[in-house]
Order: sequence, then C-alpha cells, then structure tokens
Amino acid sequence: MGPFVARRVILGIIALLIAMLIVFSLSRVKGDPRYFFIGEDSVGLDPAVWEEWGRRLNLDKPVPIQFALWMGDILTGDFGDSVTTQRRVLAVIREKAPNTIQLGIVAWLMGTMVGVPLGVFSATNRGKTLDYIFRGFALFGQSVPIFWLALVMIFVFAVNLGWLPSGTKGEGIAIRNFVLPAVALAWFPAASYLRITRTAMLEILDSEFIKFARAKGVAQTPVRWKHAFRNAIIPPLTLSVFVLFGLLNGTIIIETVFAWPGLGRLAIDALWATDYPLLAGLTIIYGVAFVVMILSLDIVYALLDPRIKYN
Amino acid sequence: MNVQQTSTASPTAQTAPTPQQRLTLWYILRRWPILPVLLLGLLVTLGLGADWIAPNDPIDQSLPDRNARPLFQDDSPYLLGGDHVGRDVLSRVIHGARVSLSVMAVALSAGMLIGTGLGLLAGYAGGLVDEVITRIVDIWMGFPFLLLALVAAIIFGASFSTIMVLMILVAWVSFVRNVRADVLVLKESNFVAFAKISGASTTRILARHIFPGTIGTITVIASLSVGNLILYEATLSFLGAGIPAPTPSWGNMVAEGRDYLQTAWWTSVIPGTALFLTVMSLNFFGDWLRDRLDPRLRQLG
Repeated sequence: MGPFVARRVILGIIALLIAMLIVFSLSRVKGDPRYFFIGEDSVGLDPAVWEEWGRRLNLDKPVPIQFALWMGDILTGDFGDSVTTQRRVLAVIREKAPNTIQLGIVAWLMGTMVGVPLGVFSATNRGKTLDYIFRGFALFGQSVPIFWLALVMIFVFAVNLGWLPSGTKGEGIAIRNFVLPAVALAWFPAASYLRITRTAMLEILDSEFIKFARAKGVAQTPVRWKHAFRNAIIPPLTLSVFVLFGLLNGTIIIETVFAWPGLGRLAIDALWATDYPLLAGLTIIYGVAFVVMILSLDIVYALLDPRIKYN
Repeated sequence: MNVQQTSTASPTAQTAPTPQQRLTLWYILRRWPILPVLLLGLLVTLGLGADWIAPNDPIDQSLPDRNARPLFQDDSPYLLGGDHVGRDVLSRVIHGARVSLSVMAVALSAGMLIGTGLGLLAGYAGGLVDEVITRIVDIWMGFPFLLLALVAAIIFGASFSTIMVLMILVAWVSFVRNVRADVLVLKESNFVAFAKISGASTTRILARHIFPGTIGTITVIASLSVGNLILYEATLSFLGAGIPAPTPSWGNMVAEGRDYLQTAWWTSVIPGTALFLTVMSLNFFGDWLRDRLDPRLRQLG
C-alpha cells in the first residue's frame, strides 16, 4: 500500500504543478503582469513605482526563472497581496475558509443522509410507485441548475413566505441561515447518491449470497441493511470525493446567490474586481483540496475493502 | 438458472404486459422517451430558426414595457413579459436556445473528436503512450475548472470563443476513458487478428475494425455529458464569466433577473425553466439510450 499512496501523491503533485503553470502562464499571456496591479489607464505614474513593481515581480529575469521564483513563493505560503483589499492573499483565504467549510460539510451530510437511504429504498421497492417517485427526484436533482433552484427557493421561502432569511451567514452559527443554502447545495449530491446507491444495491440484491440468506430465512430488514447495504457501500463512497469536489464548485454558485461570506463569493468578487493574485491563490488552494480528498479516498478504500489490490 | 433469469430481467418484463396495458399512455411514456425528444426537437427548431420564430428583437429595449407582466398585461406586446429594460423575455429565451445548441454543436463534437482519438490511441498503442494519456486524464479530472474558467475570464475577457474553448477542455476527458476501455477489449478479438494477418494497416484497423465497435459507447457518453456541459455554460454565464450581455443566454438572463425577483419573477424563472427542461430531457434521453445500447455503463449515473 505504501508505494501506491506514494504514486498518488506524486500524481497529485504533478497535477498541482500543471495547475500552477497554467495560472502563471495565463498571467504572462496578455502583456505586462504589472497591469494587474496598476490600472492600464493610470496617467502620470511615477516611473520609479513602475520599476519597483517590475523588481517585485522579478520581471528583469528570464521567464522560467520568474516561474521558479513565483512557485517558490507559493510553496512557502506567500501568495502575494490581494489587489482590492491590499491584504495578504493567504490571510484573506484563511479568514473566509471556515464559512465555506461549514456550509460544505452541512450540505455533504445532508446529501448523504438523504440520498443513500432513498437509494436503498428505491432499490428494495424496484418497479413500484415509490421507486418511480425517488427516481423522479433524482432526475430532477441532476437536471436542475442549482443557481436557479437557489433563486426559486429564495423567492418562495424568503420573499413570499418569509420563513427563512434570504442570505448572509448571520452571527455565529445561526441554523436558520444555513437551511436554504445547504438544501440548495445538497440537492445535486443527494440525487447522485440516490442513483449510485440504487444501482449498487440492485446488483448486490441479485447475487447468490443474498438469495442464500433469504433461503436461510433471514428477515427482510437485516438482509437489506446488513447483507446487501454493507456490500453496496463502495460506489457511494467513491462518489463522496467527487461530491465534495463538486461542492467546492457548488459553493462558488451558492455563496454568490446567498451572499455567503466564504471562498466562493471571494472568487466571484475577485473576478469582478479583476483581482488576479487572489483568484490565482484560490485556484491553487482548491487544487490542493482536491488532491488531498482523492488521497484520503484511496486510504479509506484500503481500510474498507482489503480485496482492493495495489499495483 | 431459471430463477436468476427472471430476477435479472427488467421490471417491465417481469410480468408480460397485456395488449391493453401496452396502449396506456403511462406505459408508452415510460417505455419511450417521447416527451424529451419532442422538447429537444423544439429546442433545435427554436435555436436554428430563432430569427424567424422570435416575435420581437431580443436586444431591442422598450422603456414603457419594463418588467411588463406576462400574457400581454400592462398593455405590453409580450407573451412572457418584459425584462428590466423592456426586452421581450420570450424572444430572448428563444435566442438563448442558440447558446445551448452551440455548446452541443461545438464543444461536444470537438470534445468527442479529441477524446475518441486519444482513447483509440491509448487503447491500441498501449505502453508508454497509454500510460501518459491515462495519467493526463487522471490529472485533468482533478483540476478546479470552474476557478480556472474565472481566471481565464479575467485574462481574455468573457466571450463566446473563450467559453467554447473552456467547454472543449472539459468535454473530452470522459470519452478517453471509456473509448480506451472498449479498445482494450476489441483489440484482442479475432477479427482484429484476421485484419492484421491479411495485412491491413494500423490506421485501417483502427478506422474500420475498432472504431465501429466504440460508437455505442461514444453515443452514450455524449448524450450523458451534454446536459452537464449545458449546465456548465449556463453557470459560467450566470457568474458573469460566460456569454457577455446583451447577447441572450439562459444563464445571464437568470443573473439579470435576479435583482427583480420580488417585482418581476418571470425574468429569471422563465429562462431557468427552459434550461431545466432542456437538461432534464437530455439526461432522460441519455439514460434511456444507455439502457438500450450499453447497460454496462450504468454505474456512471
């Protein structure tokens, strides 16, 4: 297992390097990167300031060296200053990250706890009305644009009924403020979990050892939950990583709609303010998050299913 | 043996339908994707014929008809109401279908070409080529694309071509994996061996003997991924990194209508519904196609 994990780590690092290379080249593709920091229309700029920025960005050196120096800064945690706030990028990210992580975890738990059981029920009621209802729910969840779902939810529950706040996080951990964003964010994962669990369960329920358990006289509930479900858990588990990664993207959308003070909203604000260093930093942090997730999945796999071979 | 056969059969086959059952609407709708295909036909018609079908110009503003309610209320000439600058929501939705259609036409077909090509190459060549291509695909899946798209939007500015390039970058990966898996099986088959013995060139073997065997997979993957691609484009447009105003796309229409939710819900709900129905039809159709052509791919859903 050791070499296997090492291999995944190396692949992950290569992925990150490529992401960084792309982010770096994009910043050099369109002329002088100084324009990210100094408006193109600034009149009467002191040439000394211009030179100073050139030195700060190592523009006097060849491009490969620039990249190496830039990467060195990133690796030591120096992502530069955000253009709009004039603060350290990493400090801004650190400040906003907890809000996104909280929202993501709530939505993830919600999606798992709704999607997986519904998938099991859908499989055990195959072909019946309940199955069709749940599958309809899954099709809806996988097809609805979440930014639109979020807007409709605001329209119904916040604007018309006035039950829940339409946005922002509120003070501390205010549960009322979590409901709408988390439900909107959890809808798609719940649908994916439902479908994948249903498929896995149907396959397992059809196998010999389930028939044997039934023939032996084991009751319906233990057959479904003890014999079948425990063996059908790998596909939804694999999905978890992609769900979490999808949530990283989802929070960008949901935080924009609900004015949630997290990383996603920060990214969109950076886009509107053309705050390049901030957006670049966010992209790299998200890349790191994904590599870590994939890696932890591999380890969980090995713990759950010793049959998985590593080569 | 007998027991297994009945239990693996599809639920509709468990009890043979009587002739009367076959004729009920529910049975037909469940069995054939009639509604999705009708909706998709409508989408293609609207997208291609937008200039002739749309009752009004999608860009023309008309201040008296600002936020005019639907169904010609407020003396407006608009069936589905007007938006915040008095443009016809219906005409904009019809023209917005074009964007979704171009995603299908440009991004999906380019992605399909690149992905299939690389999949054939990786599967057939094997060795180092296979290793490199597979690793690139692995790495590709781990990219934070939505954020990279935002970065690209800052650098190149949001435009139609930027969006299409981004969509192609997202579209190709799933084809490589699945086509490669097919090729690995096909290249061991007897007919490929015979083709080699009879002196066929590698290109000919790939084009005439192996590629036809992957068409089913390609069709299924295309139909399953197109819905997501359309959603992705709409999301980018919604976030302001996609199709720039005033060109109507469903994503940017929802974004513009967002601020008028209280006073004019139709400006965002109607394009959103169009988007939702389109993606749902595509997903439904994709599921149906997969079950028909290649049930093996079921776990993708």
